Amino acid sequence: MYRYNEFDTAFLAERNRQFRAQVERRIDGSLTEDEFKPLRLMNGVYLQLHAYMLRVAIPYGTLNSAQMRQLALLAEKWDKGYGHFTTRQNIQYNWPKLNDIPDMLDALAEVNLHAIQTSGNTIRNVTADHFAGAAADEIEDPRPVAELIRQWSTDHPEFQFLPRKFKIAVTGSPNDRAVVKAHDIGLRMIERDGNPGFEVIVGGGLGRTPMIGKVVRDFLPKADLLPYLEAIVSVYNLLGRRDNKYKARIKITVHENGLEKIQELVEARFAVLRDQFGGVDQAMLADLEAQFAPPQFRDADTGAFEAAYTNDPVFRSWVDTNIATHRRADHAIVSISLKAHGATPGDASADQMRLMADLAQEFAYDELRISHEQNVVLPHVAKDALPQLFQALKAAGLGTANIGLASDIIACPGMDYCALATARSIPIAQEIATRFEELKLEHEVGDLKIKISGCINACGHHHVGHIGILGLDRAGVENYQITLGGDGTETASIGERAGPGFSADDIVPAIERLVLGYLDLRATADETFLQAYRRLGAAPFKAILYPEAREKAA
Amino acid sequence: MPREFTPKVVTANALIEGDVIYLTEDDRWSRALEEAEVLTDEAHAELRLLDASARQSEIVGAYLADVKLAGGTAAPTHFREDFRRTGPSNYFHGKQAES
Repeated sequence: MYRYNEFDTAFLAERNRQFRAQVERRIDGSLTEDEFKPLRLMNGVYLQLHAYMLRVAIPYGTLNSAQMRQLALLAEKWDKGYGHFTTRQNIQYNWPKLNDIPDMLDALAEVNLHAIQTSGNTIRNVTADHFAGAAADEIEDPRPVAELIRQWSTDHPEFQFLPRKFKIAVTGSPNDRAVVKAHDIGLRMIERDGNPGFEVIVGGGLGRTPMIGKVVRDFLPKADLLPYLEAIVSVYNLLGRRDNKYKARIKITVHENGLEKIQELVEARFAVLRDQFGGVDQAMLADLEAQFAPPQFRDADTGAFEAAYTNDPVFRSWVDTNIATHRRADHAIVSISLKAHGATPGDASADQMRLMADLAQEFAYDELRISHEQNVVLPHVAKDALPQLFQALKAAGLGTANIGLASDIIACPGMDYCALATARSIPIAQEIATRFEELKLEHEVGDLKIKISGCINACGHHHVGHIGILGLDRAGVENYQITLGGDGTETASIGERAGPGFSADDIVPAIERLVLGYLDLRATADETFLQAYRRLGAAPFKAILYPEAREKAA
Repeated sequence: MPREFTPKVVTANALIEGDVIYLTEDDRWSRALEEAEVLTDEAHAELRLLDASARQSEIVGAYLADVKLAGGTAAPTHFREDFRRTGPSNYFHGKQAES
């Protein structure tokens, strides 16, 4: 993985020193909140409902064990002993004190981590496929490119005051695990004539105006990536609306101006910029690619794994659910669920973080990933180590076999923490997961993505959930709307609203009714919820959700 | 006809800790809603908010929050203010754990 050079280390130390002085000036009264707010946001510091919140970037979701241990240290020393992993591969601390944050940032810098541009109208943390470098279906590891984008976008002088925030996601595989079509720019690696390049998608996004991104260039050679990105962002920087916050994202710019006009402007700008880069970016990329070289994989005998798989049904269930195919047949990709039934999605205690760090060091070539689905991934595990790994995870409450199932729910912090929220999302996720555990049904139900947001900003990705739940405030009472048929993969679609919302008491029974109803509707045991929805349309699902309406019509 | 003024309190977040605080009648910042000065006169409420907002080195983001009077003390009228008064529902953290 990427190691900071002298420039990075000096840059970060200087930024942290500046922010420490800004915090001091805020506390001694020389800066007002209006003056301080943009400075703290540039460094990932929000003020939420009950406390400040520090959002730390985990670039393209990659961590080593030392970094994970340091995240645990921050949780223990300056927070309440836990951290919250987010849908943008960040970690959030919910309880820091303002005067401690400079020390937290210095501690992060010790392990090459920071909170720069995790907020504000800048290019945010670049996210990537959480199976990067390990997936069997991958063309190339997308992380060197993601790191190149991180370096280019960090403190980029032209892009520090964009019309609105700007999010970029990259996948090195044609199968999209990084929700690239719901980002301001999505990069999907594809091959043409044996050469890797990108399908460049622009103007996707969720929030109050959800849109699936549009292809602005169907094949961009890898070497042209940075000047092309700079062309897109500079066109947006001039064209994007600054008069209305709700119309400022690039999705609206593309929608209002039309894809063709954007394409023309971008290509014209690209023609100017391309030569200015002069190959420096490609030299840097070559250097980064060397740093992201895969680990020295050892050969593993899979006999012990096969025996445990055959003889231990609990282990087998975990393998069937939480293991993905590695590029090497004798290795596996392990997803560690942070969704124990009834727990807060995405939360890990300091002890759990340290254990995962230890296990990564012992069994996974020192590598960890954070997924946008709020789980932790050990990308490279030799299969003979899986039984021992599973026992260690299980003992720490990290052995839940539910990846991709009904209880593997994305939930934003919601009104339990977030100042923008209109309703809670965490308790709804907890109740749904607990209910499905009682029913012992989620393995039978199979692939199902339930995603919950506590406000219209859609941090919980509800628009792309097979079942989406949106929490709203209806006349001072929490109310939950259901959307159906969303999809965040390469076959992306925005979910459709099912009908009137449900109260906090009625939402979990409604979800249960919906999932049980699907079991009756599906053509075969292999037909997923999304496939059944696409085959049948919304009507039978609405009839299950609103039986009273059906009775009235009859 | 203008809407009738409903009872309010001045609330904000503390500058260092970031936690929820309320303005008392004797110009202190209290962690407890029960100690807040309940404002029933609109002009007086606006003045209290102005005074509070000027205390930049102590607080962040002062505003007027609706309350109802129950047994002589203030209670929140909206669930958001109720969460601010107590803490999150997924852990026993925040004010509920401090009192």
